Amino acid sequence: MNRHHRASPVSAMLGAALAVTLLLGAGGAGAVAIGEPVEFESEAKERQYSRLVRELRCTVCQSETIYESNAPLAADMRRRVYEMTAEGRSEEEIIDFLVQRYGDYVRYRPPLQANTILLWTSPFLALVVGGGIWFTVVRQRRALVTRRELTPEQRDAIRRFRDDGHEQ
Amino acid sequence: MVKRIALPLIVVLGILGLFYVGLGLDSRELPSPLVGKPAPPFEVPSLDDPDTMVTEQDFVGGPTLVNVWASWCSGCRAEKPYLIQLANRGVTIHGINYRDTREDASNYLRQSGNPYHTIAFDPKGDVGMDWGVYATPETYVLDAAGTIRHKHIGPLNPEVIREDILPLVARLEEEA
Repeated sequence: MNRHHRASPVSAMLGAALAVTLLLGAGGAGAVAIGEPVEFESEAKERQYSRLVRELRCTVCQSETIYESNAPLAADMRRRVYEMTAEGRSEEEIIDFLVQRYGDYVRYRPPLQANTILLWTSPFLALVVGGGIWFTVVRQRRALVTRRELTPEQRDAIRRFRDDGHEQ
Repeated sequence: MVKRIALPLIVVLGILGLFYVGLGLDSRELPSPLVGKPAPPFEVPSLDDPDTMVTEQDFVGGPTLVNVWASWCSGCRAEKPYLIQLANRGVTIHGINYRDTREDASNYLRQSGNPYHTIAFDPKGDVGMDWGVYATPETYVLDAAGTIRHKHIGPLNPEVIREDILPLVARLEEEA
């Protein structure tokens, strides 16, 4: 008992840290900020909700997902995602709903379509171009090194100089 | 020697060019996917009278402007004089009162003037979401058939009104 008592400040701190971690980690943390508890009848819906709020961009704050953002619009979007998920709408339906209103910009993961081809392919293009440059440079340097073969006499001369140096 | 520096120079100039264009773009100016589509439907009470319902059909008739505003929004306060000027020139302006209270909105209109014909009251931002509103003020231009033809994000100013809004309204009047 006494030992427990002495340990209590530490355990209280640990407890608080644990509570904070649980609160932040809980799927409904976004809704906590707007004072709306998020409860679903099934785990699948809960998973869908927490996946969606992390994939949708808050269009006012621009570099935050609606899960992270404290903007009123993000709260509205979370509520809409919550309601539609609870109604049993699918992930695609909800994303389509928001894309129709806010454009592709609400998606953090841009779809592969005509106007995003360059976006998706540019890393690979950069790899191909960079690889090409690297390849030519290496080939040129290699050509420099092996360009002129020494004659056997020259090689002998070099060996003689080197061995002299060692002996001295 | 020339060949050695030519390639890096071209690459650097290319990157600088991309930066110049990219940094000059306004990341807030998102194209609305609703331009070219009919005004999204809704049915909410009017701001003046909780018993009167307003629908998107009330916003349709000749070229009209639909202005999304709130009493808490400073940009709306800034553009108010220009809206009043537009209304005085005979342009029909409707309003969506966004995430506001009836009392605050009415007081605000009493103080700063009311250029609006019909005002939809949208305290929870539901109509705003259907119209793709993300930051007040926003102004939509509807044609006579009720199709959204243009969306301006942010406060209106004399330049925007002169260059974009009035020419478009004039064109839509000819079309109608």
